Formats: sequence, structure tokens, C-alpha cells
Amino acid sequence: MFRLEARPQTSRTWVVLTPVLAVVVTMIAGGLLFAALGKDPVVAIKLIFWDPLFGQFASYSRPQLLVKAGPLILIALGLSLGFRAAIWNIGAEGQYIIGAICGASVALAFYPADLKIIFPLMILAGALGGFLWAMIPAFLKIRFGTNEILVSLMLVYVAQDVLSTVSFGILKNPEGFGFPGSRNLQKYPAAHNMELIPGSGMHWGVVTAFVVVILAYILLRRHMLGFQITVSGQAPRAARFAGVNPSVMAAVCLGISGALAGVAGIFEVSGPGGQITDSFNSGYGFTAIIVAFLGRLHPVGILLAGLLMALTYVGGELAQLSLALPLAAIQAFQGMLLFFLLALDVLSNYRIRFRGARI
Amino acid sequence: MTALLSVNGLTKAYPGVVANDTVSFEVQPGEVHALLGENGAGKSTLVKMIYGLVRPDSGTMQLTGVPYHPAEPRAARAAGVAMVFQHFSLFDALTVAENITLGMENAPSRSELSQRITEVSQAYRLPLDPNRIIGDLSVGERQRVEIIRCLLQNPKLLIMDEPTSVLTPQEVTILFETLERLAGEGTSILYISHKLEEIRSLCNHATILRHGKVVDSCVPADQTARKLAEMMVGASFHAPAKKNLHPGPVVLDIAGLSIKSKNPFGTSLKDINLSVRSGEVMGIGGVAGNGQDEFLLALSGETTAPAGMIKVNGTEIGIKGPNERRKIGVLTAPEERLGHAAAPDMSLTENAMLTGHVRQHLTTAGFTRWGAARGFARAIVERFDVRTPGIANAAKSLSGGNLQKFVIGREILQNPKVLVVNQPTWGVDAAAAAAIRQALMTLAEEGAAIVVVSQDLDELLEISDRLAVLNEGRLTQPHETSELSMEDIGLMMGGMEAEHVPA
Repeated sequence: MFRLEARPQTSRTWVVLTPVLAVVVTMIAGGLLFAALGKDPVVAIKLIFWDPLFGQFASYSRPQLLVKAGPLILIALGLSLGFRAAIWNIGAEGQYIIGAICGASVALAFYPADLKIIFPLMILAGALGGFLWAMIPAFLKIRFGTNEILVSLMLVYVAQDVLSTVSFGILKNPEGFGFPGSRNLQKYPAAHNMELIPGSGMHWGVVTAFVVVILAYILLRRHMLGFQITVSGQAPRAARFAGVNPSVMAAVCLGISGALAGVAGIFEVSGPGGQITDSFNSGYGFTAIIVAFLGRLHPVGILLAGLLMALTYVGGELAQLSLALPLAAIQAFQGMLLFFLLALDVLSNYRIRFRGARI
Repeated sequence: MTALLSVNGLTKAYPGVVANDTVSFEVQPGEVHALLGENGAGKSTLVKMIYGLVRPDSGTMQLTGVPYHPAEPRAARAAGVAMVFQHFSLFDALTVAENITLGMENAPSRSELSQRITEVSQAYRLPLDPNRIIGDLSVGERQRVEIIRCLLQNPKLLIMDEPTSVLTPQEVTILFETLERLAGEGTSILYISHKLEEIRSLCNHATILRHGKVVDSCVPADQTARKLAEMMVGASFHAPAKKNLHPGPVVLDIAGLSIKSKNPFGTSLKDINLSVRSGEVMGIGGVAGNGQDEFLLALSGETTAPAGMIKVNGTEIGIKGPNERRKIGVLTAPEERLGHAAAPDMSLTENAMLTGHVRQHLTTAGFTRWGAARGFARAIVERFDVRTPGIANAAKSLSGGNLQKFVIGREILQNPKVLVVNQPTWGVDAAAAAAIRQALMTLAEEGAAIVVVSQDLDELLEISDRLAVLNEGRLTQPHETSELSMEDIGLMMGGMEAEHVPA
């Protein structure tokens, strides 16, 4: 058979190659899954990866790509900083919800005033909301040594309860005929995060995501904080020796990822989503974890991974509609991507040696 | 007579380096055979191949005349080859017997095993209670556990990788008696060490490796230590020497330093008092685990203390963190190279940035100047002869001694006012160790106050002006090194009160 032999150094080639290979293997395994469900695998894979971009209805689905990729990239970038430092914020979904609530609250408080300051204020409120929500696991970790994975994850469910309380309560649209949910911000020009180029899906949130890709790249490559983040994750004791305070590092990483998730939330609610409802969130906070790893925790990688993941979302919806594939099959397909990526990751640090080469 | 182990033309290449190049040698039954070589000469790779941890690219081995090619350590153990590693693999929270059981394939019942442990430990005069918790044992005792673990398999060949670097002189004597007894019974011992005097007194034969090749072999007792070192390096070198200078004013002043260890198996520092003058090398001896790590952390700023307990040139620095201390010239080099002094997966450039950024001005307004960091890394590599294909290589790809040179060099080149180093030449070959010691002494001559924490007594006697010993977190009174005998130090290390040792 074969065995694994540790490489003296991590292979740069394989670090770049494994995500591509993971996509290919996912297509094959996904194809088998779809075939087992009685669908033509080639058609299904083409529906997911090709049709959203170039198919018959591409003019409808293409803008959706950026709409979906924007928040994924924004959240994943924040998470990637923490993951590099071995600070595991699993609760981005909660920070996303709270950011959206805080930002929307600002908009609704000003309604129906028409001031230029409203939109920037909403974004700030969104960032602050996400930041503060993430400070809860940070504080508990620093003060009592709790595990940030559990606390941040559990706070997602708390955030969801807060969300349903406010969408049935103080944020409910007074002119909404009793339906749950806030006023639609798309109909409030001062607060609307509108499409910047018609038909492109590009809104301020997507622009922000692209800017943050560049900022994150500079932070990691050229700034001491980025260096310290990386050292903290790779060699915690060396980081302490280099003067990094682990408590500060935990707060910084959770804070940045929380703020970015919050910003993603308010951009979504003031733009494509439109209103706060008890179920406006669609799991971006969790999917972003996959995006962060698929992108190798590297800003450019995350940009590409975010677009790819958005593609499987949009394509997955198409496949559900036209092939009647169940949603669970699409979710399994997305899960496979992370699974194969992590499995193939072994090749970055190990090489395969086949037996028989014995002397 | 058939050789016990015969190695013929073993070759092992890693990308960019040939670790072993057609290495051949023989170990006779009952022989204590030394493997001598600089760091990176290929000693570790060679014994790993013999122990089945690494597979050779080509070449053959024979054990008692029978072809021998272990696929894994288990096969090596089954064939009668055992190894005691430099770093022990023991679980602190388990007992001696439990730890030994974990390494055995067909472990006998607990009571039977305990009895066998007691038998073996008595037979070889290695007293050890099978029911004690590892965390409570001294390093010397932990080594006994590893040795007994090997002896329970009745090995034909016992490989020992730098076994004495962590022992007191008294413990070394006991170990040597055990090894001689084993050899007397016909067990062969393959002994790796960089302590030449030890090899001269203990080993019957030595094979010398340089750059992965066997360059010489000799009977160590017939050679001087200096000659052995020169065979190893392939050139002559100078033993470090210090000009006798009158030390200047007190630079580092530690008063009543007490810090409780956060680690349950750690050692708390208790009322440590020490002042070190400019131009002075202060040696701190002691058996590992008596507070050395905690002492270094307290000085590096990784653990803080009430401000007044540590002063440098009159400034209270007890509560300052590592980088604030670096700013005023207090630098440290911890014992553990990989993971503490250096980040294993990061390049040498990044590791130069790690501690060098404050004093070498490797950042501007928080932005990193990688060009400057590369320059600094290159300077360390050149000045301290760090053998590496390039500064872009990961720290973990360097051999232990080369990384040590890098880590110590990184701090020395930053021109410290106070330099505290823990085990500066641990695992470093004679020539490189001499270079490091010389660099430390030169630094002292230039006016720095230097504290060398080490378990290598020869090293401390060679370079320190005064010597104190850490014992269970307490520091003895410092004594002038020139007035101490080896025996005095041994007694101090054993926990004898300072006043009983003639000052």
C-alpha cells in the first residue's frame, strides 16, 4: 500500500492546489450523490457551476453571485484573522444578526428623516453591535477562561431569540398590518443600500468586502499586528515571548470578526434583504467558516472561495428548482467541499510514498 | 567475531541536503561506541534509521550477521534495539509503572510489571519506585524510567542520545556505572554526546561523522578532547577566553523575587536575590526543573512581578512586558528553541522579526520592514555560521544546534545591556558551543551583564565569573567560580545550604 511521509517544509504548491483538487473531487462525489438520487449528474453539476453564470437565466442569477458572495467574504475575512490566531469564533451568525438589528434600529429611529448621515450611522451601529456581541465570549474567555467556541456558538441562539422578540416587538412595522418584521428599508431611500450598478448585484457591502480583502492582505503581510496574529496561532509561547498579550489578542480577533459580521448584517438588511424579520438571516455566518478555510485563511483565497461558495448557493437553488433536488442534497454537496478540502490538506504537509520502493 | 551491528553504505537524502552519505561502521558486542559529530553532521538521522524511524534511501544493515531493515521502531525493538531519546516521552500525571506499560506491546499485569521494574532497577542500581508519579521525579529519575523501559526488553543494542546533558555530576557517575555494567554483560551501547571528556572516559570506540560522511574513527581514550573536537570539525579552533576585567556597576538587581508558578508541575520562585554587574558573567547552575524556566520567564517579562523586585540600572522593570524590557536592553533566550524561542513553521526572517523588531527598528509605525528583517536574519546567519540553505527556510528545518546558534545570535547581535540565556549550548557541537560562549564573553567585555542558566557544569565553570545554583526555586548565594570545586557545586545542586559550602 502507501504511507505518508512528513515533508520537511509545507509545500506551497499543494497549499494552492488542494482547494482546486477539493472542488474537482467534490464534483465527482456530488455527481455520484445526485446520480444515487436518480438525477443526471452531469446536468446537475452543470446547473450548479455553469448555468448561474452562462445559462439561460444568467441575467437573473449573475447579480445574485455578488449579493451572496459579499457578506460571505466580509464575515470570512474577519473569522480568518481569529482562526490564524487560534481564536475560534463560531458565532458570526449571531454577530451578524445583532449587527443587523442595531443598524436597522438606527434607520428606523430616524424614519422618515432624509439625512445623508443616516446610512453611515447605520453601518457604524452595525459594526458596533457585532463587536459588542463578540465581546461577550472575549470577556468570558479572558476573565474566566471559558471556551470561546461554545460561548460564541450559544450566543447565536440567544441572538436568534432577540431577533424574533424585536421583529414581533419594538421593530415591527406600525403600518405592516400586523405582519411580523420591520419596515422595508428598500423603501426608505436614506437608509437603502441600493444596487450601485444596475444588474450587477454590486452594493456598498460588496464594495466594503473588496476593500477589506485589500486591508486584510496589508495587515497580514505588512503590519506587526498581522504578524502577531499569525505567530499567536502557530506558536503561542513564542508569541508571548515576542510580547503578545494573549488576552488582548483574543479581544482583537473576536472584536474584528464580530464587527465585520455586524457590518455584513446591516448591509444585507438595508439592501438585498430589506427588512428585519424573525428569519432574515440565512446562515452566512456559518457558511463563512467554510469560506475562510476553503480560502486557506488568505484574503485573496477567501475572495475566490466566497465567489465559489456563492456560486454553489445560486446554482444549488437553480438545481432545486429545475431538477427538484432536495435542499439537503445541496447542503451535503457544500459540506463535501469542506470535507474534501480538509482531507486533501494532508498533502500540504505530507507526501505519499508507495510501498515497493523498499531497498 | 561477528559484529553486533554492521552498517554498510547507508544513504539518506532530504530535499536540499544529504543527511547520510554512504555511512558504514560496526558496533561490536559489549562495546560502548560513540557517534561524534557536529550539529547537522547526520548523527540523529543515522540512529533514527537504526531505530526504524527513518527509512534509508540505500544501503544495508546487519544485526548479529542477519539482514536488518526495521520498518518501524516496533520492529527494531523486536530485533533487540532500544533507544533513549534526548527528550523524554513520559506523561507527568501517570506513575512510573503506568508510563512503562504504555510503551509495551504485551504488557504483563500491573503487579508483575512492578516487580520486574523493581528487579531491573536493583540489578542495575537504578533506584526507582514504580508507584511514583512522573511529575514528582527529577530529570535524572525520569531518565532512569526511560532506561528501565528499554532494559525490560533485554536489548542487544541500546542507543542513547545525549543522555548526560540534564544530569548532575553525581547522577552522571551513576549512569556511567550502569552503562559499564550493561556493556560488561554484553549489551552494546551506541552513545551520542558532544561532551568529549565523557566519550573519552566511557567509550571504547568512536565513529566521527562530518557533513553526513564517516570521516574518521578512533579509540577515544587515546586522543585528547581537543583532537577529538578537531576531527569533528575538520579544523582547529580556539577555546573561548575572557580577558580578566574588573566588573563595573550593578546593572541587574533582583531583590526578593517570588513568583508562584502557574503550572501545577512547575516550580515557584522563592525569594531570589541576585545582582549582576556590568562586564560580569553570572552562572546559574542546577538540575532541570528547579525553577530555571520560571526564572527566565520572570526576566523576559512573560510573567510579571511587583515592579521593585527586578531593577535594571535603577529602573524598576518587574511589571514591564517583554517588549518594554527589550527597549531598555533586557534580552533573553529561552531554553526551548522550537515553539518558544522560535516559531517552528516560520522562516528565519520571520523569526528574526519576532524578537528583533524593537531594537533593530524592523517596523515603521507598526508596519513591518521585511527587507530590514531579511538583512538582520542574514547578519545572524553569517555572524554565527548558521548552516541553512537560506533565510526563507522554516525554523523547524534547521538542526537543533544550528537553530540554537540562530536564537542566541539573534539576541547577542541586538547589543543587550542585560542578556539572560537558558542552556545556551544545549545540543550544540563543541566548535559551535565554543563560538557561542566566546560571543557571550565578548558581550560581557563590552559591558553587558550576562546571566547564563545552564545544566552543563563544565560550561559554567568555563565562562562564569560567579556561580549560584537554583534548587527548588531558591537561589543559593553566588560564589566566585574560581574558588569552587566540582564537588562543592554538586553539593549546592543537591540542595545543600549555601553556608555549608565554603565561600
